[in-house]
Parts: sequence; C-alpha cells; structure tokens
Amino acid sequence: MWVRLFALVIKELLVVLRDPRSRTLLIGPPLGQLVLFAFAATLEIKNADIIVLDRDQGSSGAELVRRIEGSPTFRSVAAAHDPAEVQDALDRQRVIAAVEIGPSFSRDLAAERPASVQVLLDGRRSNTAQIVDSYLGEIVGSFIADDNQRARRIGTAPRVVARNWFNPNLTFQWFTVPGLIAIIALLIALIVTSLSVARERELGTFDQLMVAPLRTHEILLGKMLPPLMIGLVLVTVYIVATIVIFGVPLRGSLVLLYGGTMFFLAAVIGVGLFISSLATTQQQAILGAFLFMAPAVLLSGFATPIENMPKWLQHVTLVNPLRYYLVIVRGVFLKGMDFADVARSTAPLAVIAIATLSVAAWLFRRRME
Amino acid sequence: MTVADPAFAASARARRVVALIGKEGRQIVRDPSSILIAVVLPLILLFLFGYGVSLDVSRTRIGVVLEAPSSTTRSLVAAFQTSPYFDARVGTDRREFGDALVRGQLGGIVVIPATFDVDARTRGRAPEIQIIVDGTEPNTAALVQGYARGVVATWAAQRVTDAGRTGAASAIADRVWFNPARASRYFLVPGCVALVMALVGTLLTALVVAREWERGTMEALMATPVSSVELLLGKLIPYFLLGLASMTLCAAIAVFAFHVPFRGSVAALYAISSAFLLPALGQGLLISAATKNQFLASQLALLSSFLPTFLLSGFLFEISSMPTVIQWITYIVPARWLIPSLQSVFLTGDLWPMFARSIAILVGFGVVMLALAVRATRKRVA
Repeated sequence: MWVRLFALVIKELLVVLRDPRSRTLLIGPPLGQLVLFAFAATLEIKNADIIVLDRDQGSSGAELVRRIEGSPTFRSVAAAHDPAEVQDALDRQRVIAAVEIGPSFSRDLAAERPASVQVLLDGRRSNTAQIVDSYLGEIVGSFIADDNQRARRIGTAPRVVARNWFNPNLTFQWFTVPGLIAIIALLIALIVTSLSVARERELGTFDQLMVAPLRTHEILLGKMLPPLMIGLVLVTVYIVATIVIFGVPLRGSLVLLYGGTMFFLAAVIGVGLFISSLATTQQQAILGAFLFMAPAVLLSGFATPIENMPKWLQHVTLVNPLRYYLVIVRGVFLKGMDFADVARSTAPLAVIAIATLSVAAWLFRRRME
Repeated sequence: MTVADPAFAASARARRVVALIGKEGRQIVRDPSSILIAVVLPLILLFLFGYGVSLDVSRTRIGVVLEAPSSTTRSLVAAFQTSPYFDARVGTDRREFGDALVRGQLGGIVVIPATFDVDARTRGRAPEIQIIVDGTEPNTAALVQGYARGVVATWAAQRVTDAGRTGAASAIADRVWFNPARASRYFLVPGCVALVMALVGTLLTALVVAREWERGTMEALMATPVSSVELLLGKLIPYFLLGLASMTLCAAIAVFAFHVPFRGSVAALYAISSAFLLPALGQGLLISAATKNQFLASQLALLSSFLPTFLLSGFLFEISSMPTVIQWITYIVPARWLIPSLQSVFLTGDLWPMFARSIAILVGFGVVMLALAVRATRKRVA
C-alpha cells in the first residue's frame, strides 16, 4: 500500500508543480498578497490631516495647539479663521477632524472650571475619526493635567496612562502579518485540493485513476497529502518572513503552532475535496472555492473582531475553522500561548476536520463506485 | 451590402449593434455564472459587509481594578459600569484579570491605583489611572483606550459640576458629522457597492468575453460584417446596464435593509457609478482580449480589479497611513476616485465640485482603458 500511495503522492505533486501556470499561481499571488496586505491593510492612523479653530482669548489655547502640532500622528494641522472654513474642509474630506477651542478656555482653566474643547469628526470614515478623536483626547487630557500641576490646582482631571500588552506600540503589522499566515494556508490548501479532482474530471484522467490498482482510501489519501505538504511549506516560508522581514516577535512554541496548523490544513482539505467532488470543471471549482473563501475570511476575525458581529452571526462563526486557527497563530506569536490555551482552540479544529473529511470521503466514494 | 449611402450605413450599424446586444442579453439570462456573479455574489458580499464586517466596538468586557475603595473612586467605577461602551467587572487586584486578557476574554483592564484618592485631593498633583489593553487587536485596543479616556473625562467634568466645588477638568465634546451613530456599516456598505461594480464590470466581462475567445465564437463574430468597434459596443452596453442593475440592487438593499442614509440625489449616484463602470468594463475587455483564456482572465481580474478596489481604494484602509510608494499606486486605482464620492452621496449629500472631479478622472481612465481594449481586439484579429 505504501509504495502505491507514495507513487500517487509524487504524481499529484508533479501535476501541481510541473505546470508553469499553476506554479506561478502558487508562488506569485501569495507573495504579492503578503507584501500588499502587510503594507496596505492598515487601520493604524498616521499622517492624518486636521484643522484647528482657536477662539481662545488667553494663552492656553495657543499652547494646546502647539501640543497638537507636536504630535507625530498628524501630518498637517491647519489653522481656521471661522466656522465656515471648518465646514468646507470637513465636507471636502481635506481633513478628518476639526478642533474648536472656545473663547473662555484659558479663563475656565484658571478659574478651576471644566474647560471644554470641541472636536468635529468626519463620520464618512467613522473608524479613523474615532481613533483620531482618541489621540486628541489623550493630548487634551494630558495638557490639562500638566497645566493643573504647573498652576498647583486641585487636579480633578486624572492623567490616563495607557499600556498595550503584547504589542506596545500597537504596530498594525503585528496584527495583519500573523493573520496572513492563516489566510495563505487556507488559500493554498483550498485551491490545490479543489482543483485536483475537477482537473482530472475535466481532462478525463479521473476514469484512468479509477481503473488503476488503487483502493478508494488510497486515492483519497493521495489527494490529501500533497496539499498538506505544499501548505506546510508555504506556511513555513510565511513564518520565516513574519519573523525576519516584519520583525514580529515569536513568543510561544513553534511545535504548538505546527500542531495547530496540521489540524487546520486537514479541515480545509476536507472542504476542498468536498468542493472538488461537486464541481465538474476547474472553472466551477475556482468559483466554489471563492464562494467559500469570502465568507470564511470575513467572518473569522481576520480583519474585524468577531465580538463586533451580531450574536446570531457569532454563533455561525463557530463552524469556521479559520476563526480558531487565527487565535492559535496570533496567540502563539504575540501572547506566547501555552499548551492548554492552544489545545482549547485546536479541539474544535479537530472536530471540524473529522466532519469535513468524513463528508468528503463519503461523497468521493459515492462518485467512485 | 452596399455602403454607398451613409444614412443606410448608419442604420445598418445601429441594427447590428442592437442585434448583438440582444444576443448578449439572452446569453446573460441563460448563463448561470453571470447570474452568480451579478446577483448572488453581490448579495453575499452585501450581507457579509452589512452584518459581519463591523469596526464598531460595542460593550467591551473590561475588568476594573479598584485598589482602594472610597466614595471618589467608587463613583469612577460606577461611571465605567454605566457606560454603554463597557461591560465592567470589578476586582481589587490586577492579577485577577491578567489571564483573561491573555485568553482574549477581556478587552482591557482599568486600574485605579491606591494613591488616586490622595492625589485627587492634593494641590498640584494629578491622579493617575492606568488602562491596559490587548495590543494583539490594535484597532480595538485604540478604540477601547479612547472610550476609556472619554469615560474618565466626562466623569471628571461631571464631578466638578455636581459637587459645586472647583477643580479644573476637561471636557471634550466630540460630534461626529454625517454619521452621529458612528456606525462603520454606513461607510462599509457604500464601499461594498464599489466592490460589486468591480466584480460585474471587470470579472464578469473578462470571463464572458474570454470564453468567446476560448471557444472561437469571437472569431466567428469577426467574420461577420460587424466591425470591432461595433462588437465591443455590443459587449459594453449590456454589461454596463447589468452593472448599473447590480449597483441599483445593492444601493436599494443598503438603504432599505441596512438603513444607510441616502442624502444625495439618485441622479448623482447614477452619474458617478456610470463613470466608474467605463474603466471597469474597459479593463475587463482588455484582460479578455489579452489572455483569451477564462482561467487566466479570472485570476487577472481578481488581482487587478477586485483586490485593489478592496485594499487600495481607501474604503476600509486609510490611504494616508500607507507607505509612500503604495500611496502612489493608489492614484492609478479607479476605485480610489470613486469611493469618496460614493460615500458622500450616501452620507453627506450632493457635493458637485467633488463629484465633477471624480467623474472627469474616471471618464479619463475609461477612455484610456477602452482605447487599449479596441487596440488589443483589432490586433488579435489581424
């Protein structure tokens, strides 16, 4: 049995790797995506443009403006002379936020009254706007706390000090790049598996495979092992790139990471075989893979947290293998997750893998016999 | 056919184009893959973006560590407990919450240290509060930090006013224009409309026309008296209409099912969308003529149209935060010029100076793409 299986695995690997088109498909887009996603997919806010309308009659307003100008978050801090200018800049998206310092700002501070600053934000980009708002709140809060200390006032304005665990500077790439390892594992295992049977059927070689002296489970294993191997190789390339090129710290154990990877790849290969046995042409297999990938990626926590989704949709994500694998990859890299925590996410992956593989095997057998 | 009479030639040309459109229309209705891309895929995407993709952090679970209870600190804890942004549990030691933060069960920990009370009563000292957030999700971490600062600032200002005593505090009054509820859905769903038009305009067109090349029916059409411009027009018009239909479907769902406000005019929406469909269709035709292969065409269309529209258009990811080189690349992504206008027509209203500029740029892209497509098609036949 091992000799036959070995021969079949070699044949499958050759089919995928010999064809220049499928070879470029395996190497080109994944690498391109790594670069593009790693650098472009950022919700971090840098180089934001804002406008300030300082109507304060004292000197504190001007000092606050200097603080804002000194923040590295903002690329340009324009000065407005009247509210109409503020409105126009916001409307045309020339700025993301406007700060308005009231006429009594200095007086209120000196009189130990609440001094207020108004921030206007562009809700067309409400996420960016809220993060800019948070930065402005930090600047204004620490300005007032400092001013209170300097003037020896009773400081009811507490100084808020934030600490970010696992990612002290909130570097966005530390979030995206480990996530991309999971995406690439999904993409490769799914495409290679879903194309394999469909290609044989399109070319008519599937019948040859059926009359070859191979048992059904041997053919099945022969279809499963190559995507597993190719997936592991690409995951390794990505892990190395994550550490070496992007400098993401690896705080946990690689053994745990690879353990989780095996179960995840098995689950995805099950889905791929399922698509493959339903599709009659490669075109359909690709469309099927795309139809599975889009919701799997968007409902996994890759880009946006699962906790933000409505409750009923959160329950749907429980069957999504990518969801658990992302927890493992990010946890092992950034949080140094231990065996118990990794096992908690690997167990559901194992269940999903058993389910998808059994369904795929059943469908496959039915087609063969 | 005699072509001596120019009026006859023109009418013959019109008849040929109409016949081609009719043929293409029947093909669209009968082909399951065009229905899949033009109707099913947009619905799935809209559904996912409407419900699944949300940047709105709501009721984050946090732990509040109260090291020394007093009336002041208790009122601050109460401020966190009553905040709509947080679901706060109270403890007395930060170690109680550390493990939960590692497991991702908590979004953050707020520490009110034992020295808080004394510092708050002493002149010239600022009491300190520590916020610990889970940095593995940077966006959520930044938002949670911002909300926590907001809770503290509001609490401080309220205390000064309530107690009737003095003590300087700050109040940041923030107002979010065009989207007071700060719902990310309001800008994600219009962005999704752009994705759908990229799918129909480029992916579907590239696939369908590549199939004609693959099967050789394109050459058969070329052998008829139809000129290549007429042939492209016969392809363009039906898919242009299909793109507008998909856009209409999505916009209607956005407004009626997801309650995204629509403050601009329908005319502006169609004007902007039509301008965007020109380069999208041109790109689809160009890809199909250049590859003549369905598989390659679909890959190229996804890579050169869907992915840039998703990543480089600014609808989800801020362009100004990207590295300079990638910022330059975004200038040649048509969707980059579409998104601000599309979001404005939904959330702000008709800003014609902005729309006119986008439309002009998009039509410019369209002319270049279509010219390239005509050239590629001619060359193939010769």
